[in-house]
Amino acid sequence: MSEILRFDRVSFSYRAAPVFEDFSLGIEQGEMTAVLGPNGSGKTTLVRLAAGFLRPSSGAVSLAGRRLAEIPARGRARIVSVVPQESHLAFDFTVREVVLMGRAPHLGLLGIDGEDDRKIALGAMEQADVARLADRRFTALSGGERQRVVVARALAQRPRLMLLDEPTAFLDLKHRLSVYSLLTELNREARITVVAVSHDINLAARHCRRVVLLVGGKVAADGPPDDVLTAANLRRVYEVEADVRRDPSTGRTYVFPIRPAGDTPP
Amino acid sequence: MPSPSVKRGVTVLAALTALLIACAWLSLGVGPSPASWSDVPGLLTGDADPVTRDILARVRMPRLVLAAVVGAALSGAGVVFQAVLRNPLADPYILGVSGGAALGAVLFTAALGTAAMGSVLGRPGAAFAGAVGTLALLSLARVRGRTEPTVLLLVGVVLNAFYSAVILFLLTAGDTSRFRGALFYLVGSVSAAASLSWTVLASVTALVAAGLAVLLLFSHRLNLLAFGEEVAGHLGVDVERTVWLAVGGASLITAAAVAFTGLVGFVGLIVPHLVRTLAGPDHRLLLPASALGGAAFVVLADTAARTVVAPGEMPVGVITALIGGPFFLGLFLRRLRER
Repeated sequence: MSEILRFDRVSFSYRAAPVFEDFSLGIEQGEMTAVLGPNGSGKTTLVRLAAGFLRPSSGAVSLAGRRLAEIPARGRARIVSVVPQESHLAFDFTVREVVLMGRAPHLGLLGIDGEDDRKIALGAMEQADVARLADRRFTALSGGERQRVVVARALAQRPRLMLLDEPTAFLDLKHRLSVYSLLTELNREARITVVAVSHDINLAARHCRRVVLLVGGKVAADGPPDDVLTAANLRRVYEVEADVRRDPSTGRTYVFPIRPAGDTPP
Repeated sequence: MPSPSVKRGVTVLAALTALLIACAWLSLGVGPSPASWSDVPGLLTGDADPVTRDILARVRMPRLVLAAVVGAALSGAGVVFQAVLRNPLADPYILGVSGGAALGAVLFTAALGTAAMGSVLGRPGAAFAGAVGTLALLSLARVRGRTEPTVLLLVGVVLNAFYSAVILFLLTAGDTSRFRGALFYLVGSVSAAASLSWTVLASVTALVAAGLAVLLLFSHRLNLLAFGEEVAGHLGVDVERTVWLAVGGASLITAAAVAFTGLVGFVGLIVPHLVRTLAGPDHRLLLPASALGGAAFVVLADTAARTVVAPGEMPVGVITALIGGPFFLGLFLRRLRER
């Protein structure tokens, strides 16, 4: 196994507010990892640093063993793709056109897509179950449909690593489940490393084999869901009292938050 | 095998080329002097009589070329500004970029005299400096990495009023007899074409063609900007470099167009919008299609400007503004309601 993503003693701050100081974390090729943590713990910043949108003030982020700062934008986009929380599209592109945009880092100087690119885009649409939407306008889709199209776009990039920034934040229950099932399938079958930043503890616990708990820009706990999602950790990181149980049918850990920590029980 | 989108692109470009040729033919045949369409083939074969030949070759032809070049440049620039600002209401005229270019051109002539008009790249160069200066002013409206399009439009309105006042002052210097020329320049007119040498016309044409060609290389990246700068970066675009080159190229072709014609307005707004409904939003097609459509549109508008009040003529900017004003309002109000 080799590392696809590494944060090596990374520091970063927005203006005067430090987010990370001397932060280190490694992600192995083939993993499916959830990064959990309260608001302001640095989850989104982590994605933006890993995707090269932000640059660390010190330390280094590496992709597949190369320092991110040394990889040109196109090369970077062939290794890592990003699914943001929400997508706002300024003009009326169709779903097919949007998914083909994922081929951009693979195209030549003129940016003309060929037969192969169209095949890969179609395959990505089929995997994400949006092929039937191909000729619809992206802006006319529902939130859940849009998110699946964006996952298809990210797939068309043929990445080794897919980063997701709260991909289900604005979705209803059914679409949350479908996005996570899709990610699990891609991880298993397409061998894509998945790192999903999430607020949804139970979905993450169910689908990811590794959970990183982040608080104040530091790793509070890191490991399999059963080891990380303990009542003590949840109290420390989320400041809540929670009931942690094991689902008898799936054998997975699940969490019921009960009340803010420190409040007296009713 | 070409994809359906390639076939559609070829069809659209062929149709717009045919439209441009038709508009050019119409424009050559119309005017107060006795020369008509039937004389045009004679011009090409050399059989035309000298007077007709003069009217066509020295009056109508240069005018046709300048109108087509201005239309192509302003429409192409409109497409690029709209892509970069992610807003279909952006346009070099409304943003004040045309105004800055016009002021640059007028300042150049005011400083060096009309003799410098013959300098091939002097006036377009000064216009480019004015356009870039305006971009610098507009970039001040970028706060915390965000540019609010409505703020830009407002700044553009203020800049336009200011530039117009300075241009009017420089062109007339209090001499009311010069008001006609100043007004034609402020509203935008291609009537200066007949007084320009073919060298100047050819160099303006080459400048616009080269600018459009460079922008065409970037057109694919303009598509990705439709998702915003962050996502474009995730898709492999070097965003900063792309935005600067795109905006620089758009300013260059705007400057080349404005240098000799003044403030022809709204072309970059109307044409890309119409072409988008026909050709879709893909900039690889939208940019060349808008350039062709814009050329046809301004040639047609100028033909109208010469015939509606014949034997007199109006600046072509009157026609484009008559269409563009209501067009802008309609688009703006619709977007407001869609929010």
